[in-house]
Amino acid sequence: MLRGNIKKVNSLLVRSFHSSVPNKSSGPSSPIIYPSLDIENAGEKQKMNLFQAINNGMDIAMQKDSKAVIFGEDVGFGGVFRCTVGLRDKYGASRVFNTPLCEQGIAGFAIGLAAQGATPIAEIQFADYIFPAFDQIVNEAAKYRYRSGGQFNCGSLTIRSPYGAVGHGGHYHSQSPESYFGQTPGLKVVIPSTPIEAKGLLLASIREKDPVIFFEPKLMYRSAVEEVPIGDYEIPLGKARIVKEGKDITIIGWGAQMRVLLQAVNMAEEKLGISCELIDLRTIQPWDVETVVESVKKTGRVIISHEAPKTGGWAAEISATIQERCFLHLEAPIQRVCGYDTPFPLIFEKFYVPDHLKNFESIKKTIVY
Amino acid sequence: MLSNFLKVNSKTLGHIRTFASKSGEVKLNFKKADTYLCDGPSHSTVTNKDELISFFTEMTRFRRLETVCDGLYKKKLIRGFCHLYTGQEAVCAGLESAITKDDHIITAYRDHTYMLSRGATPEEIFAELLMKETGCSKGKGGSMHMFTKNFYGGNGIVGAQCPIGAGIAFAQKYNKTGNVSLAMYGDGAANQGQLYEAFNMASLWKLPVIFICENNKYGMGTSQKRSTAGHDFYTRAHYVPGLKVDGMDVFAVKEAGKYAADWCRSGKGPIVLEMDTYRYVGHSMSDPGITYRSREEVNNVRQTRDPIENVRQIILANKIATEDELTVIEDTVRDEMEKASEKAIAAPLPQARELYTNVYIQEVPIRGVEFVNSFKP
Repeated sequence: MLRGNIKKVNSLLVRSFHSSVPNKSSGPSSPIIYPSLDIENAGEKQKMNLFQAINNGMDIAMQKDSKAVIFGEDVGFGGVFRCTVGLRDKYGASRVFNTPLCEQGIAGFAIGLAAQGATPIAEIQFADYIFPAFDQIVNEAAKYRYRSGGQFNCGSLTIRSPYGAVGHGGHYHSQSPESYFGQTPGLKVVIPSTPIEAKGLLLASIREKDPVIFFEPKLMYRSAVEEVPIGDYEIPLGKARIVKEGKDITIIGWGAQMRVLLQAVNMAEEKLGISCELIDLRTIQPWDVETVVESVKKTGRVIISHEAPKTGGWAAEISATIQERCFLHLEAPIQRVCGYDTPFPLIFEKFYVPDHLKNFESIKKTIVY
Repeated sequence: MLSNFLKVNSKTLGHIRTFASKSGEVKLNFKKADTYLCDGPSHSTVTNKDELISFFTEMTRFRRLETVCDGLYKKKLIRGFCHLYTGQEAVCAGLESAITKDDHIITAYRDHTYMLSRGATPEEIFAELLMKETGCSKGKGGSMHMFTKNFYGGNGIVGAQCPIGAGIAFAQKYNKTGNVSLAMYGDGAANQGQLYEAFNMASLWKLPVIFICENNKYGMGTSQKRSTAGHDFYTRAHYVPGLKVDGMDVFAVKEAGKYAADWCRSGKGPIVLEMDTYRYVGHSMSDPGITYRSREEVNNVRQTRDPIENVRQIILANKIATEDELTVIEDTVRDEMEKASEKAIAAPLPQARELYTNVYIQEVPIRGVEFVNSFKP
């Protein structure tokens, strides 16, 4: 079946990367039927988009943990993405408060609070602004437990930040910095892709006894809508989700990229009859090596896709581990479909992002290798 | 800019010249600056017809530039982020008249008017906003990243421009150019740590940098009193002298600017200027600007402290020019901006290869897809 379709592959139009006409095909914001995760004993559900689900998650965390506090720039009135709407009214200004414009201060302040046993949920308004706080996060938060031999820790710390391309963000409102933090031992990095999972992962992150950086795909804040259980539930960190099972090729991604990949997967299925296994990593660090390895041993072909630049991106880490563990099972080189090694561009965004067509092409190439 | 303008409108200028009073000079008083660790400038100045008309024209150009940007954004021709300077024109115009074109300016993202004042053409500015090839940054920067001679942007990350401004000043001192560096920031940025690092270095090494806080009372949507301990930005650098200036009065700004520039050029080290100014528009085009302040407040400032109105009143009261003559200037400016924006709209988009140029000085292969298919120069 597969061999027969390979002939079809050659007759398909290949999009020219150097076209001067902007790509008019639909992107991740067009309606994709993304399969919702089933939560056991879900109980009552409510239609929520991503920011509402995150809001709901924080509401539950604040309710159950009297030591939880939320702070960041503009969180008081609800935040620039409305993730904290209503929380100040509900829990008071001493638990939900604004900070001045000082990311390094916010991070350091949060670490201190966590070291004293509070549960700080700090917000960095855009992931692009997290860099003044980089020193605090990498040198203080990540190493607290280690350097004190376990006497002190800031495990109850959670830092939330919107990340990723949004269509018009340009250099400083679109970056994906997950690999800078993934490479730092002592930190956990989590990236949800749907409202249901965002709420579950956020609750798990807040309650996790290690510092967690929680990156939220800002593109999905309004556009991703699901029936989210209103109760308290957690999704364990470090576990990937097999969104769709398949047998010809493994596709790995996270966050907003999942919908792009699903689009590519559907295209591959319809046009070429390729059965793709789609995996949502969910936790970047520690990532679910076993699930990925098991899948690759089954299919023998892998594509990893993320918006961050290719060189040194998290796909590199996953690729290296896969080739270490599954070398003899691989039928083709591991493909990484990522952003280019340039600063995130403004007008060139449509060319830069790893869209569904680039992924589709990569699937084609990998299958015929 | 004014000389270009005058060439185009010699008829208009001729008309104004014949109407002038004998001396053409006007003595003005303005609000005295609050001083800290220094004496500060005088609160009066003598101006003349040329200067008044020049200020009026410049500020009208700034106002019109921003109005056209507003229109283009609402038509979705400009995308992304766009921060307008409407209301704060006196700061830009006043400072430029206090320094020379060889001095250096760096500011944050509210930078369109600085491009004009530093000598860029309106067409370059519009083209950059519209992300066209003829833009000053080849369309790769957009609203927040505009650069031209001796103007270092245009910076998106809040506060990042301050240590950079100090570095520019160091180069002036090292090379003995006698030029100064103007590092501009806002009331929101005044709470960023790197600003204080810049203050310390500038003071320690006596760098010729003027730190200018454009205090428009709101850091995006957060008022000064909700984000900032203490009242004053001009004293915050503690060991650095400062002045607080009425930022809506172009003459007050100019005098303070001159005082500060002389201070720096004489080797006394840095100085801080706090500009008491106001923006009528929201933080950016996505902010209506009235959820955190009342319409009355905005209208009140517009009616009592508008910088262009102030200059207009001085011109009319001293019979420097008539209403009709000022209207001619406004119409000429409107025309200029409209033509520039039309040219910019008609300009081509950058070529696709610009995506991967200017990453490094040499064009190197850029990895995007598999290595063999990387973009090669």
